[in-house]
Amino acid sequence: MKDAEQKSLCPEAEKAQLPQKRVQTEKVSAPKFAKSEKTPVEPTDPNAMLEVQHLTKRFGQLVVLDDISEKIVQGEKVAIIGPSGSGKSTFLRCLNVLEDPTDGYVFFEGNNLCDLKVDINIQRRRMGMVFQQFNLFNNMNVLKNITLAPVHVGLQDLRKIKRKNFFTKISNLFRGKNKKRALLPVETTAKEIRENAVNNAMRLLERIGLADKASAYPSTLSGGQRQRIAIVRALAMNPKVMLFDEPTSALDPEMVGEVLELIKELADEGMTMVIVTHEMGFAREVATRVMFMDGGKIVEQGPPSEVFGAPKNERLKDFLSKVL
Amino acid sequence: MQIMWDAFYDQFVVKGGYRNVLEGLRNTIIIAILGLLIGIVIGTLVACVQVAGKRSKVARGFAVVGDVYTGLFRGTPIIVQLLIFHYIIFSAISIDGLVEAVIVFGLNSGAYVSEIMRGGILSVDVGQLEAGRTLGLSYPATMLRIVFPQAVKNVIPTLGNELIALTKDTSVAGYVATMDLTRAFRLIATANYEFMIPYLMLALTYLVIILIMTFVVRMVERRLRKSERR
Ligand SMILES: Nc1ncnc2c1ncn2[C@@H]1O[C@H](COP(=O)(O)OP(=O)(O)OP(=O)(O)O)[C@@H](O)[C@H]1O
Ligand SMILES: [Mg+2]
Repeated sequence: MKDAEQKSLCPEAEKAQLPQKRVQTEKVSAPKFAKSEKTPVEPTDPNAMLEVQHLTKRFGQLVVLDDISEKIVQGEKVAIIGPSGSGKSTFLRCLNVLEDPTDGYVFFEGNNLCDLKVDINIQRRRMGMVFQQFNLFNNMNVLKNITLAPVHVGLQDLRKIKRKNFFTKISNLFRGKNKKRALLPVETTAKEIRENAVNNAMRLLERIGLADKASAYPSTLSGGQRQRIAIVRALAMNPKVMLFDEPTSALDPEMVGEVLELIKELADEGMTMVIVTHEMGFAREVATRVMFMDGGKIVEQGPPSEVFGAPKNERLKDFLSKVL
Repeated sequence: MQIMWDAFYDQFVVKGGYRNVLEGLRNTIIIAILGLLIGIVIGTLVACVQVAGKRSKVARGFAVVGDVYTGLFRGTPIIVQLLIFHYIIFSAISIDGLVEAVIVFGLNSGAYVSEIMRGGILSVDVGQLEAGRTLGLSYPATMLRIVFPQAVKNVIPTLGNELIALTKDTSVAGYVATMDLTRAFRLIATANYEFMIPYLMLALTYLVIILIMTFVVRMVERRLRKSERR
């Protein structure tokens, strides 16, 4: 794990870290298109919230995810467990294509996230992600951290509507009297977007009891506070699904509880979530399904009672005996 | 000793050498500060395409241009660059010497600033970029709103160094293009071959300018640091 964190800081890892071309152009991934012809470019289950097909990820020669096909439906709370280096983080990061899959497809609500025609920035608004290292924006106070994205996308949409209307108006000048096109309704103003975002952020902060920290900077907060703020920052976008990558692993033991508590509350409210965790007790309590990953594959999965109570796979048994 | 002072006084006041010195002082400061500002603009653009070049083919093309530019300007002495611009590139057009110096120093410092900025951008944890992207912000928006402000704050001390280095480098501007501090004092010194006082005064003037710059950079640095610890 240390290794991966370290690597991601050095410039050579940049390509993998900065996804835009959403399918990596590696020499080793030549069969990409050959394979994609065989596989359907549609989700097999239209009701699945998240679906991956033949998801494969290689870093150079290292196969980190090995042809995974999986579905996650609305309301599920999936806990991913497994030994270090088994590909859990990579799997999670492929779900919102923060890591470009080498091969295969990721569907979110029926949209193929590996398709360059799909605007990934719009899809990601509906997928919250929480990192092990919190990743609060260091140059902004807590309130700004939470309102940045809602305000940014709100204003972006507003500008888009206004721009469209502007062109419609111009083209209307050349249209006949009863052929004029209707303008899109402009329902809000920039001021309203900002106010709503602030109100919503304060409501979320009150909920986690940190309203008094609204103007504090992240560097002045404890780990537990930072992580809870990172969680509500994601919630401020009203996501359909939340992805957690070891949200409590960087915390001092006495702060783990408050973060898990918040995640549990979200789960109880029906949020769909995928959570990579080493907290087996938490996985058992909150998850509706537990996946055990090893060597880039999902080796065994099922309800927590089965995975923890009656593990079948040898490596899972071995793993559990070490961590429980 | 008295003779030296008399000689200096004669050149500095009576013969009007102070006018050159004042003009030189003004030019030195203009070249250093405008040069750095131009350098920051150019350097930032170059750094951005170099960083973005890792992920986009279009940017990679520009990044190669940026590499050639930084290579050329870091690989040759500034005085050579001044000579080339003065006698070759700008030889056909009549251009003010000060403007010429500002352009050459701007281009020169852009090459150094691009490296500084690139380092600054890379020094920001990738987690910041990832967090922005997962919230649905585009790559340029995330860079602009999140990574860039942090990068700038990280490089303020280094940019301060660059300003100081640039100020000292301007002492060669007078050989080709324009009046500057060094040239003004050199004219005084060589007028009657009394070197000691003019050149010590020259050194002192640079020292004072640079002490003031150092102080201002420290202030800015402290301001920026404070804003994040409330
Ligand atoms: N950017 C990268 N470049 C090269 N190799 C990487 C990169 N990211 C991850 N890896 C490698 O991929 C493998 C799986 O990494 P991953 O982070 O998915 O494991 P993990 O299951 O999350 O482990 P942990 O429990 O330690 O977090 C590791 O061997 C890691 O070294
Ligand atoms: Mg991990």
